[in-house]
Amino acid sequence: MLRLFEAIAVLSLAAQPVLAEQPGSARMSELTYLVRQDCGSCHGMTLKGGLGKPLQPTNLKQWDREQLTQIILNGVPGTPMPPWRDLLSEEDARWIADALKQGHIK
Amino acid sequence: MTRIWPALVLFALVWLPLSAQSAELRGTGDLGIIIERASGSVVIVDTTRHAILGRVTGLGDLSHASAVFSRDQRYAYVFGRDGGLTKVDLLTATVAKRVMQSGNSIGGAISDDGQLVAVSNYEPGGVKVFNSTTLELVADIPATYGEKAEMSKTVGLVDAPGRKFVFSLYDAGEIWIADLSEPAAPQVRKLKNAGNQPYDALITGNGRHYIAGLFGEDGLAHVDLWSDQPEVRKILQGYGRGEQELPVYKMPHLEGWAQADELFILPAVGHHQLLAMDARTFEEVGRIDVHSQPVFAVARPDGRQVWVNFAHPDNDTIQVIDVPSLKVVHEFKPGPATLHMEFTPRGHEVWLSVRDSDKVYIYDTRTFEKVGELDAAKPSGIFFTARAGRTGL
Repeated sequence: MLRLFEAIAVLSLAAQPVLAEQPGSARMSELTYLVRQDCGSCHGMTLKGGLGKPLQPTNLKQWDREQLTQIILNGVPGTPMPPWRDLLSEEDARWIADALKQGHIK
Repeated sequence: MTRIWPALVLFALVWLPLSAQSAELRGTGDLGIIIERASGSVVIVDTTRHAILGRVTGLGDLSHASAVFSRDQRYAYVFGRDGGLTKVDLLTATVAKRVMQSGNSIGGAISDDGQLVAVSNYEPGGVKVFNSTTLELVADIPATYGEKAEMSKTVGLVDAPGRKFVFSLYDAGEIWIADLSEPAAPQVRKLKNAGNQPYDALITGNGRHYIAGLFGEDGLAHVDLWSDQPEVRKILQGYGRGEQELPVYKMPHLEGWAQADELFILPAVGHHQLLAMDARTFEEVGRIDVHSQPVFAVARPDGRQVWVNFAHPDNDTIQVIDVPSLKVVHEFKPGPATLHMEFTPRGHEVWLSVRDSDKVYIYDTRTFEKVGELDAAKPSGIFFTARAGRTGL
């Protein structure tokens, strides 16, 4: 599944220069692993929720890509959701937001 | 026809010794399980021989899974994240029973008499209690709170003496003590205003003190269960949660292993520190600077040492605290995602799961030498059967 997504990402990279700031494929693998294993410790490894909210596409409809990107980077004050800015770049966070909304990380 | 003979001979050679072996008597006091979180399986281990005895599959989503043991130490009850409760037979390496008891759960406990297994649920929030033999539901305690009758996630579920279970309501900030003497009619004492966002809790080995960590405020919530009128008292108020706060990438855990000699050694949320608290007065007596944000601080069963692991991205490191001096006396790097530590019953060895290496490493706790290793797929929790005889584990 990831391979397919990478292939699509690479194709769209070629087609749309605006996506040139996407992480490389090795980084995409790292980010997928991070989302499942480390985000997963609160949100569930299959992203169905835990102490944190579920992160499946239907749960994320109410936020757009930029809002999710900002939540990832800045956290949600008053909740255990931490700011990931020290560990993730804007491009990383945007890629995760897209991948979650589109259900590419399971 | 002649082809069948080699097959029969092979069958006899392989099957006969195996069947003889499976009939061999053995105890379970030195067994344990290791959770393989990504593959929904557990491996059964022999802690004397450092060997894997078998693997049991089909346990569902085991991220953050934990386990308790039957009093006879033959069965493990494994609590999966997806609400699955599985009773695993350690002697036959099979699933003895399995139920899907909710949509989303976080840990469980077994009553002091071994009759009841309780599971703490996020969705829908509350605690369900099962007959430990049949896994039939015997009581359901929904975590309903407030005027609007909202449901809270429940955390920090522990067993307490007298067929009781104690747990905390994350969203409500309450601590509930449920007496299951009559399983059909649980008596629940609700302690309100326990603090903001309790995230995990522990009970001391004597069953007296229940301590919940608070994510949303400075301090911890303490309940003396020996009191006739148990109430919540805040302890370690103002330890600095909130001041120069660091992002918390992984919630710390509180465990029954936190008590070491006359101290509690507890992770400080959002700090690169452990808090040392006097076990009688509950006053802070010191802080220990450590490598990063602690996740587990686990005392060796004799209380002489406390072993600490850390949150992402510093979770490749272990530090060992010497309790009498409160100093870090040893540090090493087993590898990225060193998630869990479990001591042998009297603490001569410790087993560490290193998720990203697909390994479990075994160390001598006095020399710190590595004395063994096992292969396991994405290992996380390690649980040894000796927990069966301890309150709160």
